Amino acid sequence: MRDFISGRAREIPPSGIRKFFDIVVEMEDVISLGVGEPDFETPWALCESAIHSIEQGETSYTSNKGLLQLREEITKYMDERFDVRYNPETEVVVTSGASEALDISLRAVVDPGDEVLIADPSYVAYTPGVMLAGGAPVLVPCREKDQFRLTADALMEKITPKSKAVLINFPNNPTGGVMDRAAYQEIADVCVDHDLLLISDEIYAEMTYEGEMISAASLDDLRERTITINGFSKAYAMTGWRVGYLCAPQELSEAILKIHQYVMLCAPAMGQVAALEGLRHGADARDRMVNEYMMRRNLFVRGLNRVGLPCHMPKGAFYAFPSVAGTGLADYEFAERLLKEQHVAVVPGSAFGPSGAGHVRCSYAVSKEDLQTAVEKIETFISDL
Amino acid sequence: MDDKDRMILTILEGDSSLPRTTLADLVDLEEEDVNRRIAELETAGVIRKYTAMIDWEKAGTGGVSAILELKVSPERDFGYDKIAERIARFSQVRSVRLVSGCYDLELTVTGHNIHDVARFVSEQIAPLEHIRETGTILIMKSYKENGHILFEKKGRERLPFTF
Repeated sequence: MRDFISGRAREIPPSGIRKFFDIVVEMEDVISLGVGEPDFETPWALCESAIHSIEQGETSYTSNKGLLQLREEITKYMDERFDVRYNPETEVVVTSGASEALDISLRAVVDPGDEVLIADPSYVAYTPGVMLAGGAPVLVPCREKDQFRLTADALMEKITPKSKAVLINFPNNPTGGVMDRAAYQEIADVCVDHDLLLISDEIYAEMTYEGEMISAASLDDLRERTITINGFSKAYAMTGWRVGYLCAPQELSEAILKIHQYVMLCAPAMGQVAALEGLRHGADARDRMVNEYMMRRNLFVRGLNRVGLPCHMPKGAFYAFPSVAGTGLADYEFAERLLKEQHVAVVPGSAFGPSGAGHVRCSYAVSKEDLQTAVEKIETFISDL
Repeated sequence: MDDKDRMILTILEGDSSLPRTTLADLVDLEEEDVNRRIAELETAGVIRKYTAMIDWEKAGTGGVSAILELKVSPERDFGYDKIAERIARFSQVRSVRLVSGCYDLELTVTGHNIHDVARFVSEQIAPLEHIRETGTILIMKSYKENGHILFEKKGRERLPFTF
């Protein structure tokens, strides 16, 4: 029989932590800080609205772009929250999660050989996403000394005549780093000078604990050359519903929409209804969850620093990214031994790219009790080394 | 009252038994600062009391609770205050609230059994001057109290690793 696997599928890297899954399966009492999703349930009012819509028989396809009311609420949200204006008729596409938005955006803009600059470390789907679109991923390091922000200098170093787009995610998974307006302006200047497109994944925007919550497209220079990606999974604890969206100037949106029509048709109808309820009446529930993450961040990061695992106070998302360099262990080794010896699961920073090396990602979207126990176990682990 | 105070109040409302060191970590303040803030909130009467939430049904003591709706004729110069304060003195009365709608005062009362509650209502509350009408609603089962769900929910499975 022939080998049916495509070269493309063969080429994309496998998940960096498969062996960790295998270890966890054998254990019963693992405290997992490896989760990249809220530990809250979707606010009940959102669930109720979706249940009601199902009872009313609203189970068919929606418009390819997504429910018009939802797109209108999205543009209202973008305007009120970030001061960016989009046209709900022509500049918004509702997608099956931010993941789909990312995939179809890349496919709509990348030609074979095009280089996409990715702020590193990054969400694990970026590099494979660029490769599947036929592009070449180029990693641009974000360093701890810059509080994991993307700097113009780092970006400039990697620009070539083939550079086409820059892919960023702030607040950042895995570092918790955020960009302020000045930092975005630097990137904006580079994008304009080198005529680059910006793809800005802002899925953690609501989880900004200090400073201004910024959308890249709110910078005047960037709106016309930015695809903004966001969604409901994190802010509204809706990971299983698969609803995200993208906003982009009309020409880009139309190209992306073509791909969306063919691969997805539309985002889940009931999920769109729940998302609509979230934008209309869910702000309080959302803000309560965000406040809870902030308190857990304080609890966990102060705990880590106290037991000797140095960690900057992340300003966004729900991840702490402590350095494990002082333990003398590499990040993979640290994560594997911590799991085997103390049953605490964290993700090695290198799984998110070379610039993540020497760190581990710890999600604090976990109960306070588990966070406290995890800190105690990490302390025991370090002192036994 | 600032954001940190509000955070402290929210945390205490959810779990007043939390150690102060943990509380200080959660709000990112030093413990002395948190103690000082709490003392001030106590003095100002913002924090009224620290209590435990008991599931008496589970405790198996067999008591019953009822909601009492009272129509009351307000008194000149005092409105509803005097009668409400008088009712509040009964140990059987757990809460007294002036409410809008078709009746005026809403009480929660407890007793050892239905007869106990019935006797209390008919012998102590109904005969009071200014009480025009009473309605007694027996509480049969409580599903949520003070923001805490009391029924068992099935825990959901979370993947140990997601990116």
